[in-house]
Amino acid sequence: MSVLLPDSTRAALDMLAETRGAAVPLAGGTDLLVHWPVRLDDHERTYLDLSGARELRAYQWTDEELVLGGLTTYWDVLTDTRVWTHFPLLTHAARQVGAIQIQTRGTWAGNIVNASPAADGVPVLMAYDAIVVLASVAGQEEVSLADFYTGYKEMRRRPDQLIVAIRVPRRAHAVQIFEKVGQRRAQAIAKVGLAVTRSDAGWRVVAASMAPTVRRCPAVERLLEEQAPVHGPEDFLAAIERDVTPIDDIRSTARYRARVMANLLYHDLRGVCNFIQ
Amino acid sequence: MAGHKKRGSGTKRGSPAGKRRAGARPALAAQETVSVAVDVNGVSVALDVPADERLLDTLRYRLGLTGTKEGCGEGECGACTVYVDGVPVNACLVPTYQVRGAAVRTIESVDSGELQPFLAHGATQCGACTPGVIMTACWVRDHPELLERHSIRELMAGNLCRCTGYDGIAEGLATALSPGTPSP
Amino acid sequence: MYRIEGLAKLAGRERYVDDLPLQDFLWGMTVRSPVPRGRIRAIRFAKDVDWREFVVVDHHDIPGPNEVLLIERDQPVLAAQYVRHMHEPVLLVAHPSRDAVRRAVRAIEVVVDPEEPVLDYRKPPRPDQVQYGSDNVFKRITIAKGDVERAFAGAAVVVGGVYETGAQEHVYLETQGMIARLEGDTVVVVGSMQCPYYVLTALMHALKRDEHRVRVVQAPTGGGFGGKEEYPSHVALHASLLALKARRTVKIVYDRGEDLAATTKRHPACIRHRTGLAQDGRLLAQDIEIVLDGGAYVTLSPVVLSRAAIHGAGPYRCDHVRIQGRVMLTNAVPYGAFRGFGAPQVQFAVERHMDVIARRLNMDPVEVRRINLLRDGDTTATGQVIRDGVDRIRLMERAVELCGYHAKRLDHARHNASDATTRRGMGIATSYHGSGFTGAGEVRLKSRVHVAGLAGGRVEVRTASVEMGQGTLTVFTRLAADRLGLAREDVLIAEPDTGRVPDSGPTVASRTVMVVGKLVERACDDLRRQLELGRETRGDTLRDAIRAWHREHRGAELIGEAVYKKPPGIEWDDTNYRGDAYAAFGWGAHAAEVEVDLRTGNMKVLDFVAVLDVGTVLAETLARGQVQGGVVQGIGWALMEECKFLGGAMANNQLTNYAIPTSADVPPIRVVFVETPFEHGPQGAKGLGELPVNGTAPAVLNAIAAATGTSPGNIPLTPEVMLDLLERGAGTAVVG
Repeated sequence: MSVLLPDSTRAALDMLAETRGAAVPLAGGTDLLVHWPVRLDDHERTYLDLSGARELRAYQWTDEELVLGGLTTYWDVLTDTRVWTHFPLLTHAARQVGAIQIQTRGTWAGNIVNASPAADGVPVLMAYDAIVVLASVAGQEEVSLADFYTGYKEMRRRPDQLIVAIRVPRRAHAVQIFEKVGQRRAQAIAKVGLAVTRSDAGWRVVAASMAPTVRRCPAVERLLEEQAPVHGPEDFLAAIERDVTPIDDIRSTARYRARVMANLLYHDLRGVCNFIQ
Repeated sequence: MAGHKKRGSGTKRGSPAGKRRAGARPALAAQETVSVAVDVNGVSVALDVPADERLLDTLRYRLGLTGTKEGCGEGECGACTVYVDGVPVNACLVPTYQVRGAAVRTIESVDSGELQPFLAHGATQCGACTPGVIMTACWVRDHPELLERHSIRELMAGNLCRCTGYDGIAEGLATALSPGTPSP
Repeated sequence: MYRIEGLAKLAGRERYVDDLPLQDFLWGMTVRSPVPRGRIRAIRFAKDVDWREFVVVDHHDIPGPNEVLLIERDQPVLAAQYVRHMHEPVLLVAHPSRDAVRRAVRAIEVVVDPEEPVLDYRKPPRPDQVQYGSDNVFKRITIAKGDVERAFAGAAVVVGGVYETGAQEHVYLETQGMIARLEGDTVVVVGSMQCPYYVLTALMHALKRDEHRVRVVQAPTGGGFGGKEEYPSHVALHASLLALKARRTVKIVYDRGEDLAATTKRHPACIRHRTGLAQDGRLLAQDIEIVLDGGAYVTLSPVVLSRAAIHGAGPYRCDHVRIQGRVMLTNAVPYGAFRGFGAPQVQFAVERHMDVIARRLNMDPVEVRRINLLRDGDTTATGQVIRDGVDRIRLMERAVELCGYHAKRLDHARHNASDATTRRGMGIATSYHGSGFTGAGEVRLKSRVHVAGLAGGRVEVRTASVEMGQGTLTVFTRLAADRLGLAREDVLIAEPDTGRVPDSGPTVASRTVMVVGKLVERACDDLRRQLELGRETRGDTLRDAIRAWHREHRGAELIGEAVYKKPPGIEWDDTNYRGDAYAAFGWGAHAAEVEVDLRTGNMKVLDFVAVLDVGTVLAETLARGQVQGGVVQGIGWALMEECKFLGGAMANNQLTNYAIPTSADVPPIRVVFVETPFEHGPQGAKGLGELPVNGTAPAVLNAIAAATGTSPGNIPLTPEVMLDLLERGAGTAVVG
């Protein structure tokens, strides 16, 4: 293994450009270093360590948005009571990532780039219409997180780009729900993840561990927008089937995942939507 | 890696961290070895470590600080919990080069006088998870404000223990949080 | 009394095998079989590695028989021509760099012509799958009491059920590890283990060495739970073979992934009950079939089956009982010792079955147990008369009272009628566990303990019983100090080193306190006898006498010795499985309160009470902690710990995917000890370690059944299965 140690974002982007994107950006290491001693092939790669680019750690509040930095950690968010107030789902999700030792190291941007379908941070950001700010030596580019993934572990980040910020618009939300169903109550990987928000922009329904990527569920969102009467969880199943493609794997089954998503939608929204009986 | 032909990475060896120039466009110098100056338990340590070395291995095999244990190597069990700049992390997920200039604290830095509540409540049995448990527990003890939103059991969930069922740990921490409570 | 080594552990000063300072050594690793069954055709070494840098060992390098000596000799140290399970050791590699040795293992390909493996122990093998005897049955055991068929004929009700339990991984936090070095011509092995003399015997056999040229030393051991009973012999053999070939010190420490994939697990079991009852709920006949998955080699499976069979009928009075057990060969990684050793599986079945019976008879589960629990003077399935003064009904009533059973049931009925998304319920289970080896096992072991009087007047207790978290050091210290009237500081416990301590048997089977602890007391008495002193000589007088003895016998050793003696009146017939299976039983009652989330099938234990009678409790905090840990291990086994096998390999061999309970997953475990002294135990103590596991899973499942009206029969009961049960409104257990 070899590592590049830039001391600023600018230097990091320069190096990334010079390696033509071959270097792997490394932030908190909570994904890349898992089982490190036996991941021998990964030892052959060159990494771009971001920890020297300290300006990426900071996050900012403006009147319109919360801007997370490229190195903002879960713990940064968890310890800020303003996040509890304005973006409670970020807090809920952060709190369910691993345990403290992971929350202090793991970054929101890393969660996005790692592109796990079971990510905890991504669904809530997506439900808040977060925008990914990508930078390279050529300049900056913004991509809506909802459009960011193009397939399993594939995304609209060129290898020479870094996530330098995540912009989360501040809106009034009438509904904010995050559910993570894992094998246990802490230190779990989601078998089903669900984030739901409703604002002036409409419904956002985001599912994790239900498809090759975390993704929005337009059919479910449409069903909610149309306020068609819902009489039970099974009334969500057809829409779920259109939106996602759950699978059987070592953590759960496709059948379980679809039913749980339907159950969660039904029971969690029943109290807040009069068309759900 | 001894005995193996290197797949050429086109990199050159370790330019010391101190020579990097801020602002200027650096020559591309991917390092296989990194010079690390770090404060470990209050002692300044200078080391040249391979870029792929984990903090856990540096502590255990290079510095002989074997109180920090490896239980899983995947950030799941917490047996390797140490503090980096005051926050608990899994040392198995930290590349050693990342602690350049940082303060690292391990179980060896904990004063044995602080351990009494944990002894009294039976917080240790086999002891393999224990140093990690104590590091997290002492951190919670020192940050009681966390308990406004978190429970002890949630805060301790990053440290797997297979012996105690967690009661001895939770009770030990509760006692440590409220000094003056007579330990049973 | 605090844990003797507690501060060292809390402070991280305890040195486990991988913590020992070691210079100039090689890291060893194991090359394993890539398939569950087949003939080895070739072993290919990658060309881009300079193999001269490595020490490589195969079966030709074994000086003695290529056998891991245990009950049978069927298991090779290193596979020679044939592999019988995934991850079976084939070659060993060592190198000074751990990273290099990891790469080397990957650069060696074991080419195997695969043969059809047996991967389901419940199905009879096809002819081409037979690999042991004529039917792959490692061992059969039958227990017969009374006339079962006639009793069924007179039964008002017959209730059947099938129950299955899955493999469980120990997840000791310290993985397997061993150091082997040469001291002159002696092979010295230091490592993580429960049974130094098992390791010694295995080394003597395969290395063809007498006991003077092999020494085994137990390093502080980071958890065992049975997982370090027989398996460490393999690691010790491997490290020794590498060390002998390299003529250098070798250390093997498993990664978690290797440990999960390649080491033993709890035996999966399928248990069938058919029970005849009187209308009032009395048991008239119990017909029980037990089938265990043994994996690819015999290992300890016959003994696991034995304990399973003996405990199969539960702690109940029934005059007509038939228990038929068998353990099957499969091409799974061999199953092995795990806390409870067959008893948790069968007690899960019988305790779930009691609730199934209660539901069928429309009786309260507590009431069915009250009617049938063993009274003093009753006999077990093997005909052992239980007369130990324990009131097993009172024990259960304590658990019922403590958990608020009756009030909670009313609360739950109201909650369940009105709540949209959760259901709550209470569950009860009773349990028992025989302390020590089965039947004549302790007689065969002939355990031996020394207590040495040291020149300074202190004493040293020398046993092969190890500390692995369960409290051996603390309890032995107390027993010797109390017996001799010494301060605890004046009692030392010798490091378990076969060069220094006698063979006091393995650290297993809830035998350390009751059996070996008793020997510690008797060796203390013998020490006094050596000094020609009476029982009344204690404390300072004794210390003075020890010092005086040493002044007269310079350089000599003053040793009190005790050898196991069967308690009077214990008779066991190993051929017919009749008689006194164990010198004593520990008894338990367990109560669980659970909540089931109807949306997700998630199950949460809200409260758990364990009331146990293990005789006198010698170290309360330690004993309570051991019960709490055992209960949480039982909750994990019941609800979340699932080994997912794919083609004979564990697919979820990561702690991320093999989930054990965290602190957030379990409630405080409330423990009460009822102390009925056992006359042959040290200070009245019986065994403790395994009992807490036995009643936990059934109490939890019974609570879930009560909460949901379903009848789950298999564990682990995952949310996936629970959601199915909720939809179908039924279970898998009831067949008759």
